[in-house]
Amino acid sequence: MIKSMRIAGVLALAAFFVAPQALAAGGAVHLEPANLEQDNAASLRRGARNFMNYCSGCHSAKYVRFNTIGKALDLSEEQLIDNLMFNAEKTFETIQAAMPSEDAAVWYGKAPPDLSLMARAKGADYVYNFLKGFYIAEGSPTGVDNIVLSGTSMPHVLWELQGYQTAIFETHENEDGSVKKTFANFEQLSAGSMDAGAYDEFVRDTVNFLAYIAEPIRSDRRKLGVWVLMFLIFFYILAAQLKKAIWKDVK
Amino acid sequence: MTEDDLDRNRRHFLTVATLATGAIGAGMVAIPFLSSLKPSARAQALGAPVEVPLGSMQPGELVRVLWRGRLVFVLRRTEEMLANLATVVDELRDPDSEVLEQQPDYAANDTRSVRPEYLVVEGSCTHLGCAPLEDFEVRPAEGWGGGFFCPCHGSKFDLAGRVFKGVPAPTNLRVPPHRFVRDDLILIGQDTGAA
Amino acid sequence: MSRIEAEVGKPQGGLIKWIDDRFPLTSTLKYHVTEYYASKNFNWWFVFGVLAMVVLVIQLVTGIFLTMNYKPAAAEAFASVEYIMRDVEWGWLIRYMHSTGASFFFIVVYLHMFRAMLYGSYKKPRELIWLIGMLIFFVLMAEGFAGYLLPWGQMSYWGAQVIISLFGAIPVVGDALVEIIRGDYSISDITLNRFFALHVIVLPLALIGLIFVHIVALHEVGSNNPDGIDIKKHKDESGKPLDGVAFHPYHTSKDLVGIIVFLMIFSAVVFFAPDMGGMFLEHANFEPANMTATPEHIAPVWYYTPYYAILRAVPDKLWGFILFAMAVVLPVFLPWLDRCRVRSIRYRGWMYKTALTVFVITFVMLGWLGLQAATPLYVMLARVFSVLYFAFFLLMPFYTAMDKTKPEPDRVVYHD
Repeated sequence: MIKSMRIAGVLALAAFFVAPQALAAGGAVHLEPANLEQDNAASLRRGARNFMNYCSGCHSAKYVRFNTIGKALDLSEEQLIDNLMFNAEKTFETIQAAMPSEDAAVWYGKAPPDLSLMARAKGADYVYNFLKGFYIAEGSPTGVDNIVLSGTSMPHVLWELQGYQTAIFETHENEDGSVKKTFANFEQLSAGSMDAGAYDEFVRDTVNFLAYIAEPIRSDRRKLGVWVLMFLIFFYILAAQLKKAIWKDVK
Repeated sequence: MTEDDLDRNRRHFLTVATLATGAIGAGMVAIPFLSSLKPSARAQALGAPVEVPLGSMQPGELVRVLWRGRLVFVLRRTEEMLANLATVVDELRDPDSEVLEQQPDYAANDTRSVRPEYLVVEGSCTHLGCAPLEDFEVRPAEGWGGGFFCPCHGSKFDLAGRVFKGVPAPTNLRVPPHRFVRDDLILIGQDTGAA
Repeated sequence: MSRIEAEVGKPQGGLIKWIDDRFPLTSTLKYHVTEYYASKNFNWWFVFGVLAMVVLVIQLVTGIFLTMNYKPAAAEAFASVEYIMRDVEWGWLIRYMHSTGASFFFIVVYLHMFRAMLYGSYKKPRELIWLIGMLIFFVLMAEGFAGYLLPWGQMSYWGAQVIISLFGAIPVVGDALVEIIRGDYSISDITLNRFFALHVIVLPLALIGLIFVHIVALHEVGSNNPDGIDIKKHKDESGKPLDGVAFHPYHTSKDLVGIIVFLMIFSAVVFFAPDMGGMFLEHANFEPANMTATPEHIAPVWYYTPYYAILRAVPDKLWGFILFAMAVVLPVFLPWLDRCRVRSIRYRGWMYKTALTVFVITFVMLGWLGLQAATPLYVMLARVFSVLYFAFFLLMPFYTAMDKTKPEPDRVVYHD
């Protein structure tokens, strides 16, 4: 009886911790997995370049220092200065947007959010789908809407690369007669400078970089964790032997 | 040996081994906690080297700058000031800059400077850290060839930041790492690498 | 001339004796460690008390170091946490240990309480230990709640908003009480500042004091055991319980093994899954508090969700609050609700075993439901489980009295 309760308890606990993750994924729109390779330095370097070229005009990453990036991405000080630091002078500076956020708030109606933690707050998949999810929308001030975040005030910054697409919606009639629109797929209207595959890679690298800056020590902590666990296993073996030796005579 | 002895030895060995491992573990855990007390990345960024332009400095002029929140004097010495340095040598505790940690090697010379004309020293009395005041008036009667005077406890330094005998301050004023980026620009806080 | 005066200046028998003459060092150690006898047949359920102490130490030490870099001001709090995570050397480790420690504190304490329910540890003569323990639990809940506001993220802000508003349900004084808690007309810089004071000074002090008393009370009556019997009934010539072994070196060496296993699990989370998929660090808390927009889906951290689910299951603000408070407070009365003659589940009848099993499932399900969005189905389920939750406690006097018990053994028994 106690045994079975114990097993039931373990299962219940496991369900408790696993279930929300499974459910959390189910939003309004199905999110395509970003499939990041978080330890791929080349992808991160491309992502950093994309970020500085296309994002940092409007978005800051105010908690991120250039020299931190340099260390993780294996970039020398010169490479940092030449390739990434367009509006910063010193490598210890943080990433500031080129455009003051007050101006941006006036132009776009809303200040572009800081991106330091975006991938962690929203999830990498969300950002990946957001960057791929702009489509032509009549009546929107920016001319586009986004399938993941409808009503976004962000324009389609990457249109030159992706081109423009339109979203096809299917309409279902519910039993009570109300009509429900669900997203079906995108249709390419005009070509960009990249084909679909290349654009996906571009976005993946960028999101990879965003995921990296959201938690720069991620790969360090995982490496260290292996050592810590190995130490504890060794410690466990000793302590278990000691316990056995001390308890030997207890009947 | 009896079985009891063997057991006791084994217990003893395991106790020592376990305690030692635990101590090593505790020591390793202490490392991150103690390291976290060091100046952070932000402190390091704020403590970055500072540039001091020399273009508009007149001979005899003293400029005060802050590097890492510490006061640094940059003094453009006149010919006369430089000449006076040799006259007070007998009164000094460490005229030849023999206390090595008070200056980088390149400043361990008669003028305690990279270029004799420019003195760069921290404006922090080596006694208890007060900021010395300048007193450039030459008073031969007092054996004073100009220098710095600490208002807290009366320590005196010459125009190369060298401490006089018979005052509380034990060593010369510290020369921070610095270098000339150009003839008219000093970088304080860094003496190697790119600007 | 007193003994002390006679010995001034001449330590006799070494330092220890010198201290013993002035402070009960050796006798205290004997009483609480080397000659504290606890049953030799403890199973691993009995390790959670020690583990709670371990987590307490982790939280205190990491907390002190976090305090050195954290800024309790609305304008700076969020940025100072990121400063700790990025700019302070090893700050990330200290912060992850603290955030993970918070969740583990509750895991360990819930299991510690469950052990008491398995083996009747709250029954006579240990009622007072249980009462102090419940006080510790309440302080811990307050501690966790105050701490959760400090990062000043979206969840910090809106979670605090919801829970503090809850007190507004109290008739007559509710609104005034809410203002006194917040110190402002909304949750603000002022609230954050006082929650910081509560989190780092008031509540930890209370926690340490209560834990001290908890242990003093425990050592007065002695530890329970998996058989729920009194081991002091059978003693040898020297007065040691035959079924007991000294806390040191026996239980210390055994607890050390438990502590290491605990540290493995703890480290695995800290190093490989500090967010725990949004359970230990909620995603929305990586966005700074925004007074103008509530996150889409808001739920308290997992350790409060069983009670939160009960709150949500009630379609009335006042009654929701009453049932919520009752759910938290009811376990206090366990020593008197339980009418069974035996302590341990080993010798209880099928009724209590069934009730406890259903209760565990109920508690976990409520916890899970509290994390989910309140769809009609889930609210319905939460109601069912809320009824079961209260039934476990309120019907206890009846089913424990009716339950057929097995005879307790005279001496402790080993299982598995």
